[in-house]
Amino acid sequence: MIGVLFAVALRADPGAGLGPADWSAIRFTVWQAILSASCSVLLAIPVARGIARRRFWGRRVLIALMGAPFILPVIVAILGILVVFGRSGWISDLLVLMGQEPLRIYGLQGVVLAHVFFNLPLATRLILQGWQEIPAERFRLAAQLNVDGPSMWRLLEWPMLRQVVPGAFAVIFAICLSSFAVALTLGGGPRATTIELAIYEAFRLEFDLGRAALLSGLQLVLTGLAAFVALRMAIGEGFGSGLDRPLRRWDGQAAVARGLDVVWITAAGLFLVLPLAAIVLSGIPGLLSLSARSADLLVRAAGNSLVISATSTLLMLVLVVPMTVAIALRPLNGGGVLAELAGLLGLAVSPLVIGTGLFIVLFPFVDPFALALPVTALVNALMALPFALRILVPRVRDILARYGRLALSLDLQGWTFMRVVLLPRLRPQLGFAAGLAAALSMGDLGVIALFSDSETATLPLQVYRLMGAYRTDAAAAGALLLLCLSVGMFYVLDRGGRRHAET
Amino acid sequence: MKHLVFAAGMLGATTAFAETPELIVYTYDSFVSDWGPGPAVEKAFEATCGCDLKLVGAGDGAALLARLKLEGERSDADVVLGLDTNLTAAAKATGLFADHSVSADYALPIAWEDATFAPYDWGYFAFVHNADATAPKNFVELAASDLKIVIQDPRSSTPGLGLLMWVKAAYGDKAPEIWEGLSDNVLTVTKGWSEAYGLFLEGEADMVLSYTTSPAYHLIAEEDASKAAAAFDEGHYMQVEVAGKLAASDQPELADQFLAFMVSDAFQSIIPTTNWMYPAVTPAEGLPEGFDTLVTPEKSLLLSADEAAALRDAALDEWLTALSR
Repeated sequence: MIGVLFAVALRADPGAGLGPADWSAIRFTVWQAILSASCSVLLAIPVARGIARRRFWGRRVLIALMGAPFILPVIVAILGILVVFGRSGWISDLLVLMGQEPLRIYGLQGVVLAHVFFNLPLATRLILQGWQEIPAERFRLAAQLNVDGPSMWRLLEWPMLRQVVPGAFAVIFAICLSSFAVALTLGGGPRATTIELAIYEAFRLEFDLGRAALLSGLQLVLTGLAAFVALRMAIGEGFGSGLDRPLRRWDGQAAVARGLDVVWITAAGLFLVLPLAAIVLSGIPGLLSLSARSADLLVRAAGNSLVISATSTLLMLVLVVPMTVAIALRPLNGGGVLAELAGLLGLAVSPLVIGTGLFIVLFPFVDPFALALPVTALVNALMALPFALRILVPRVRDILARYGRLALSLDLQGWTFMRVVLLPRLRPQLGFAAGLAAALSMGDLGVIALFSDSETATLPLQVYRLMGAYRTDAAAAGALLLLCLSVGMFYVLDRGGRRHAET
Repeated sequence: MKHLVFAAGMLGATTAFAETPELIVYTYDSFVSDWGPGPAVEKAFEATCGCDLKLVGAGDGAALLARLKLEGERSDADVVLGLDTNLTAAAKATGLFADHSVSADYALPIAWEDATFAPYDWGYFAFVHNADATAPKNFVELAASDLKIVIQDPRSSTPGLGLLMWVKAAYGDKAPEIWEGLSDNVLTVTKGWSEAYGLFLEGEADMVLSYTTSPAYHLIAEEDASKAAAAFDEGHYMQVEVAGKLAASDQPELADQFLAFMVSDAFQSIIPTTNWMYPAVTPAEGLPEGFDTLVTPEKSLLLSADEAAALRDAALDEWLTALSR
């Protein structure tokens, strides 16, 4: 990532520094990112807690759907959100029927709403995982000692959250920092100019590569700072080892606790499902009236997307396992933080800059168009790395702490250690990370748009092209297909990882 | 590394087997898309030229130019098709283009005298609304109304920049006041045309910045007469889309041949119902049925390439100031 940025900077002419407009863009960007990340994480805590301790009908589906918003092409997600929350959306219609004013979504509230829609599910999954990593024996012991309510919070939940929440915050902050189309569209105009938009302006209108690189560097620094602070706050001991027994929960059976969980899960579920339902509903008529030509294009694009998605998932797994072990071997507050930071930074570089940088690097040697698909797969794999690290590192750290000495005394090393000890215990996390990577790659529109010719379109690009050619119905059908494929891939990989686990 | 080797192999293979000359045309993405003019144009040109026409899509007009600047003289492109008059000054300044030899009887409402770029289609920017609603007659009426509009950001979108120039061309120094008046009508600003049009179709806004030819799509392709473009009496700003050949092209004759083909009937008759714009030269069979129902502005506005380039930064500042309040 740094190399790519460097390539853009090298090609640049010495440019001017930051103007007042840039500073106001920076202020807005940071402010909305802090708000969005805080809201996502804070709301995710009660939701994850509810999901962790309840078993209910549709729980698995809900967990699988949590991969969905995150991967939708921005334009599709925005339209889905607006069908529900827009000026003429479902809720506004209802309000008008009751004689109230329609919702006013355009503004900072809209930006945060959309970012929470994208990231609440991710935060919930990350935090839920924290709950799932508490060994089953701890809950058993807690039940025997009659620990519940506030004591449960103090003894088990709060220490776990202190470890998990800062990392989740850092990841989401990084995502929101490089937001552009969401912030602009729902922010209601140029008031909602983000750094990413300023990069676009520098690149497209002024062709000022120096400014583009400078602004992109700034995004990196901001993400780096936030992540550094957040990860330093992630302290606490692990929960010790368990016997990998199936989890049973005895706590939280009081009526109030049950009621609260129901409210949180229902609210989050509706918030998530309604816009998705809007996408599905608008996709069905399009799917039924799809012309053979559009269908053929969509299917071919879906094929490309599946190949890219599978390749980038494999690449990501190959990269992430050694990285995770290297990070986990370091002390919690030392070099490990730096290594994790490096992973996070990939999120903070704008796709436009990555694409341009890659272009500058590749162009002298090969035709970038011939590489459109492999490059996209590689970039997607790098983009998924930070998420995978977030998911895997805490677990690997635990495993090493629990079984490291035993393994050493048995002379279990290298591949044998991986096969016997590490990978079986890491399966759920690997499945989740792979599912996320696959879905992320499925929905990514970033780099391919800069490299693709007419034959190598991915599904999100094809959806975008359909919209650009007035084919709204066919685009909606494509979006529905994309949604199904992404959720499907996420579900298969995520479930595959947890096949014989209770949760 | 494996990818590089693989790709190098693929490239080697394709050039080794290429016996016919290859003409590479860089254009915007929607031109090459399956619904755009690309596929039909490719077929028609290849039928006459004995060559392989390769259309390469690179984002939109502005991204196309940025791409060309990145590649410089090493670019594989022989022809660039899809810049508009807001971009041609910057394109000419790169020194990468050679003069064309195209002459045609253009149907443009203005005289065309550019030695470097030849036009292939054009249209008027306009606000599109539902046909049953009453539309304002000009920007002043629009500003006074409580209609909500969606526009595109001039920093990331070609139509967005067109609107900026429209207001500037119509009102000159009074443009800031117009924007001030419009600021409460602007529901939101989007990254590109697709987002804005999508929002409009969802019913979020009363009007959207698009083209006078947009209703033709709904009428001809969907047999839906429910969309109309509002005629503004201060005139409508034009978008003229042009192509030019690169000085460093290794196929200069073929490039000339393509540009001549571009203004011929074979190419021009493809444009109206694929690019949904007016052809630069009216084909012998005339415009397709449905185009006669479109609004024809009484006055056409267009800043010259140099004026547009000179005014852009100031106009953008005015826009930002008015809408950032």
